[in-house]
Amino acid sequence: MPTSIPKEELMAPGHTACHGCGATLAMRYVLKAMGQKTVVSVPASCWAVIPGAMPFRTLDVPMVYTPFAATGASISGLREGLDIQGKTDYNVVGFAGDGGTADIGLQGLSGAMERGHNVFYIMYDNEGYMNTGVQRSGSTPYGAKTTTTPVGKERDFKKENKKIVADMMIAQNVPYVATATIAYPEDLIRKIDHAKAVHGPKFIQILAPCPTGWYYPPEKTIEISRLAVQSRMFPLYEFIQGKFYLNKSFKPVDVSEYVKAQDRFKHLNDDEIDNLRKYVDERWNQLLEWEKIYSEQKE
Amino acid sequence: MKSVTEFKTIMTGNDAVAYGAKLARVKFISAYPITPQTTIVEKLASMIANDELDAKYVEVESEHSALAAVFASELTGVRSYTATSSHGLLYMHEMLHWVSGQRLPIVMSVVNRAIGPPWNIWADQSDTINQRDTGWMQVYSESNQEAMDTIIMGYKIAENSEVMLPLMSMEDAFILSHTSEPVTLRDQDLINEYLPDLDLKFRIDIGNPMGYGSYDTPDGTFMELKKDMVDSMKKAVRVIKDETEKFNQMFDTNYGGLVERYRMDDADYALIAMGTVASTARFVVDKLREKGLNIGLIRIRYFRPFPYDDILEDLKNIKAAGVIDRSVSFGYAGATYSEIVSALYGKINIPVSSFIVGIGGRDVRIEDIEKIADTVRNESSGVYWINVKKVI
Repeated sequence: MPTSIPKEELMAPGHTACHGCGATLAMRYVLKAMGQKTVVSVPASCWAVIPGAMPFRTLDVPMVYTPFAATGASISGLREGLDIQGKTDYNVVGFAGDGGTADIGLQGLSGAMERGHNVFYIMYDNEGYMNTGVQRSGSTPYGAKTTTTPVGKERDFKKENKKIVADMMIAQNVPYVATATIAYPEDLIRKIDHAKAVHGPKFIQILAPCPTGWYYPPEKTIEISRLAVQSRMFPLYEFIQGKFYLNKSFKPVDVSEYVKAQDRFKHLNDDEIDNLRKYVDERWNQLLEWEKIYSEQKE
Repeated sequence: MKSVTEFKTIMTGNDAVAYGAKLARVKFISAYPITPQTTIVEKLASMIANDELDAKYVEVESEHSALAAVFASELTGVRSYTATSSHGLLYMHEMLHWVSGQRLPIVMSVVNRAIGPPWNIWADQSDTINQRDTGWMQVYSESNQEAMDTIIMGYKIAENSEVMLPLMSMEDAFILSHTSEPVTLRDQDLINEYLPDLDLKFRIDIGNPMGYGSYDTPDGTFMELKKDMVDSMKKAVRVIKDETEKFNQMFDTNYGGLVERYRMDDADYALIAMGTVASTARFVVDKLREKGLNIGLIRIRYFRPFPYDDILEDLKNIKAAGVIDRSVSFGYAGATYSEIVSALYGKINIPVSSFIVGIGGRDVRIEDIEKIADTVRNESSGVYWINVKKVI
C-alpha cells in the first residue's frame, strides 16, 4: 500500500540552490513528512546557503545555523531546551551534509546518538564538499574525480571506498537507522513516519545527487538517484530497533550504467569499473548477511 | 520584611560556583570534564540527583559540543550554563564567537589553567586571555564568595537588553577552585527578586519561525551587527556598575564595579593585578605602607569590557604603575599591561612596567610582589619576568 506524499509545503519557491539539486528535494520531502512543528538545525553546508541571505529564508520552520561540527550537539541542546518547557511535540531535526556528518561532525553525531536524545539526524549525502567547490569527503565513493582528487597526468581519482555512516550507526545500535534517496519519495516519507514512531535518536542517510559535483545534466537527478539504488551503489535499508530490512524490490542494473551517466567517473577504465562492481557485490552480500543475523537474533 | 535565610559555611571555589549556578536557577547544564573544572559540574550533577536543583544535566563528548548544546538550549529560551578550563576553553573557541554573535546571554565558569605543552594543570590566565576578542565579557574573581556572586550578577548583566552578550567568570585554578574559604550562601528568595527568569525575546517559536545565524553579505548588516556588539560592550560598563551596586545593597557586599581599589586615595605608586595575585599584592601594599611608601592597588575585575575610564581616573595622580599579569602574549608583554598602556596613551604620561608572574602555577610570593613594587618605585618601564629560573 503506497504512502501518499503530504500536500503541505514548508519550503517556499525561491532559493539559491543549483538547478537539479538533490539536497533541495531531500529537505522538501523531509519537511513534508515532519510537518510544521519542526525545528531544523543546519551546519556549514549547501543548506546553509540554499535558504538565501538574511533576512530571507525559504523554509517556514525555525532554522538554527551552526558551525560545521555542531549538528549533533545543537540538536541535543534544542531537544532538551524544548522538553524543559514542555514542548515535547516539536520535531528536532539536524540536517547536515556528508562532510558535516562523516568527517568533521562524526564525533558530535555519535555522541548525540549515544546520549539517546529524541532527535532526527538527517545526513544528506552528495558525496563530497559541494558547497565549497567539490572536494573529496569520507563519503565520496571509489573512482570519483573531485577538485582535490583530480585526474590530470596522474590519475589521482579517489582510491578509497565510501565511508558509510548509516552502517556505523547500526554498529552503535541507534534505535532507528535508514538509508533513502529522492527517486523514491514515498519510501523516504514512509521511513520518516517509521522514525517518528521511535522515541529516541533517529538517523537517516539520504543520497542527494549533485549535478554540479557529479558532472551530469541537472535534469538527470532523479534518474541518477534511481540508478544508484538499482546498481546497488546505494542500497536502501531500514534498521528498526534491532531489526534489519534490505530493500530488494528494484530492477537491477550493472554498475557501469550508473558510472557512465556521470562525468565524475568518466576516466575509469574497465578494470577500475570492475573494482566498483566487486565492491558492490561484496557489500550487497554483507547486507544480506546482516539481514540474516539480525532476523535470527530477534527470533 | 521578608525573613532572610543566608548562612555562612565553608566551601571550595568550585562548590561556591556550583551554588551560584543553582541560585541563578539555571535550567540546562552541559559540560565536558577537565581538571580543575570537574568538581563544579560534579556538584551540579549531585544537586540534580538529590532534587536540590531542577535542571537537566547533559555530559557531552567534547567542549565544542558542550557549548554548542548550551547555545541551542539557550536559544529555546532556557537559562543555560557550562563550565570549563584551559584546553577545553580553547576547544570551544569557535562556539564562543557563535554564542556572542547570536547575542545569547550565557554565563560560563572558567577555572584559569595553563595551556600546554608541557601539560600543566595549575593557575595561569593565558586560557581566557586568549579569548579576549570573542565578544564575551570577562570577570576575574579573587575569592570564593566573589566567584559565587559573580555567576548571579553575571546572568543579570548579560541578560540586560542593553547588553545581551555572554559572560565568562573566572577562578584561578586550585588557589580558588580547590581551596576552602568561608562563603555566605545567599537567600534564594532575595536572589529571585534580584534576578528574574530569563525572557529571551527571540527564542525559537514555531508560531514565528525565524532563521538564527543565516549568512549575510558585505552589503547586508554583518558589519553593523559586529559594531553593535562593540556598542553593547560599551553600554555594559554602566550596566555592570548599576547591577553590582544593586547587589551590594541587597546583599551587603562591597564589590567594585569593573575595578576594585585599595589604598589608592593618596597613593603615589600603583600596582595593578587581576585574580588571586591581588590578595598577595594587597598584603604587600599594607607592608610597604607601614614602611612609609605611598602605594596602592587596583584590582581589575572586568577585563572585558575593559575599565579604560576607571583607569584614567585612578592613575591621574600616580607617579608610576606596575601591571602584574598571570598570562603572556608571546612576542609582547602582559595582556593587561598593553590595555593599561593603551588607556593612558596621549592622556597620562607615566612610566608603566609589565610584570609576568605565576605562569603555569609558579608560586607568586610576597618577595616577588615586593620586588615588583621596588621596580615601580624606581619609576622604570619595561617588561620583567618574575621568579624565573636561569635554566634555559
